[in-house]
Amino acid sequence: MLRTKDLDQRLIEKGKEIEAGGHEKYHQKLKEQNKLFVRDRLALLFDQGIYQEDGKFANNTAENLPADGVVTAIGKVNGQQVCVMANDSTVKAGSWGARTVEKIIRIQETAEKLRVPLLYLVDSAGARITDQLEMFPNRRGAGRIFHNQVKLSGMIPQVCILFGPSAAGGAYIPAFCDIVIMVDKNASMYLGSPRMAEKVIGEKVTLEEMGGARMHCTVSGCGDVLAANEEEAIQSARNYLRFFPSNYLNKPAITKGCLPKEGKSLQEIIPINQNAPFNMYEGIDAIIDEGSFYEIKKLFAPEIITGLARIDGRPVGIIANQPKVKGGVLFVDSADKAAKFITLCDAFHIPLVFLADVPGFMIGTKVERAGIIRHGAKLIAAMSSATVPKISVIVRKAYGAGLYAMAGPAFEPDYCVALPTAQIAVMGPEAAVNAVYSNKINEIEDPKERMAFVQQKQQEYKESIDIYKLASELIIDDIVPASDLRTVLINRLEAYETKELEFGKKKHPVYPV
Amino acid sequence: MMKEITASMAGTVLQVLVSEGDEINEGQVVVMLESMKMEIPIESTETGTVTSIKVNIGDFVNEEDVLLELE
Repeated sequence: MLRTKDLDQRLIEKGKEIEAGGHEKYHQKLKEQNKLFVRDRLALLFDQGIYQEDGKFANNTAENLPADGVVTAIGKVNGQQVCVMANDSTVKAGSWGARTVEKIIRIQETAEKLRVPLLYLVDSAGARITDQLEMFPNRRGAGRIFHNQVKLSGMIPQVCILFGPSAAGGAYIPAFCDIVIMVDKNASMYLGSPRMAEKVIGEKVTLEEMGGARMHCTVSGCGDVLAANEEEAIQSARNYLRFFPSNYLNKPAITKGCLPKEGKSLQEIIPINQNAPFNMYEGIDAIIDEGSFYEIKKLFAPEIITGLARIDGRPVGIIANQPKVKGGVLFVDSADKAAKFITLCDAFHIPLVFLADVPGFMIGTKVERAGIIRHGAKLIAAMSSATVPKISVIVRKAYGAGLYAMAGPAFEPDYCVALPTAQIAVMGPEAAVNAVYSNKINEIEDPKERMAFVQQKQQEYKESIDIYKLASELIIDDIVPASDLRTVLINRLEAYETKELEFGKKKHPVYPV
Repeated sequence: MMKEITASMAGTVLQVLVSEGDEINEGQVVVMLESMKMEIPIESTETGTVTSIKVNIGDFVNEEDVLLELE
């Protein structure tokens, strides 16, 4: 006779079967690829490895489709409640069936109701074509996942960790996340596989070249952080989330601060010659708490540096020109990179600190054809409409629209402060003198006399844009010695804590995308 | 195997800091460009021996133009 106890036993066995995932041979394959099983990933992600799962029995009446290839769960990360969806690549290569999609949609709805961050642990071959009518075109089909992601954007943090492929339509999951952490060599994103590319357009290319993690983190900009392995990727996501509140209605936590890394002082780092390169990372190290830097898009458009950091325990978003790379000039990709970073920080109340040392936007045929004006407009629009505390530090030169992009005086920074090395102008002295006096210079035949004329004019120009003159005209708010910059930032960030600002009442802007 | 060092951005060649036959290391500055009135150091992305220098001082180079070849 069947007893209640037997039913329980059956349930326990069934549960274990599901939790074991797909066939043993696929687990073996994971090991060969240096990949972890989905439940081991979750154990690393959640505090003490504890989580509450929904829909574990999805599709349990079908053969070999445990949980329908996706685990959806709620649990804590750094003590903060979060929702997670995680593909199981041992089940039909992590592909999406009807219940897979329904589970993903439900965890999104849960995250929205609870107003907590949502993480997507992606490792999926894409849609199950055999199930397409049940999961592709319908109202609660895959399209709804992306619709929800767009709706949730800016409401709650959305993080993607990419462990394997995210193919075709699935590639849009990372695209709509705030940040994409990719595991080197295993992660990939592509609309059409290399096999499809060969068949349809005749291109012969490897997966790594066309859609590999390194390519996306260095060239396309679809990836934000390149991790060496899965453990590093998961730890990176945990570190990232420490900077964020659960949702847009809250502010990020302030932690106990610590001193900057020991090293060169700002005076030692910044060269007096405006045109000579230096390493801005050293400058950042000198003002932020040691070990607090979480860099985003380190390998993409390195002429601008974007990253989260703490200044005396207070989270900030740093946007800094890097004079060491491409002279710190702004390009199409650098504008794009900074624009997204600014909207990320602004959405979740993370104050912005701009460190400006910028010769301007790049000029020339190549960038004009690539639409540098359009891309530059994205950056300026994002910076302009950011309502979090905005501090613009003019480290050295800030020429032309570079001044605008770096939250110059016209863009309502709460504080525009110059270091004594600062130089604000439409263009540098060399270019300006050439522009204004080119006819005159050409008329002077004696080279010595010509040189003397140019030098005199450059000197006059430098005097006309002297930083004390700009302070006298109230264009900038302050000039501080480089050695005081960190203390000044600490005090200002504390002072602007209560800032409230609405940026123009309207439905939404017409984004210059 | 031949490797190429290319210009990171459009500009004018200000200095060529290596000669043919030099052994150079990854990260070493090999060419200084001038662009947007800034000095733009071009670092070697590879370690190897310089087999050929493709530019002269004063030349205009576009982004991705080959500056030198390594073996």
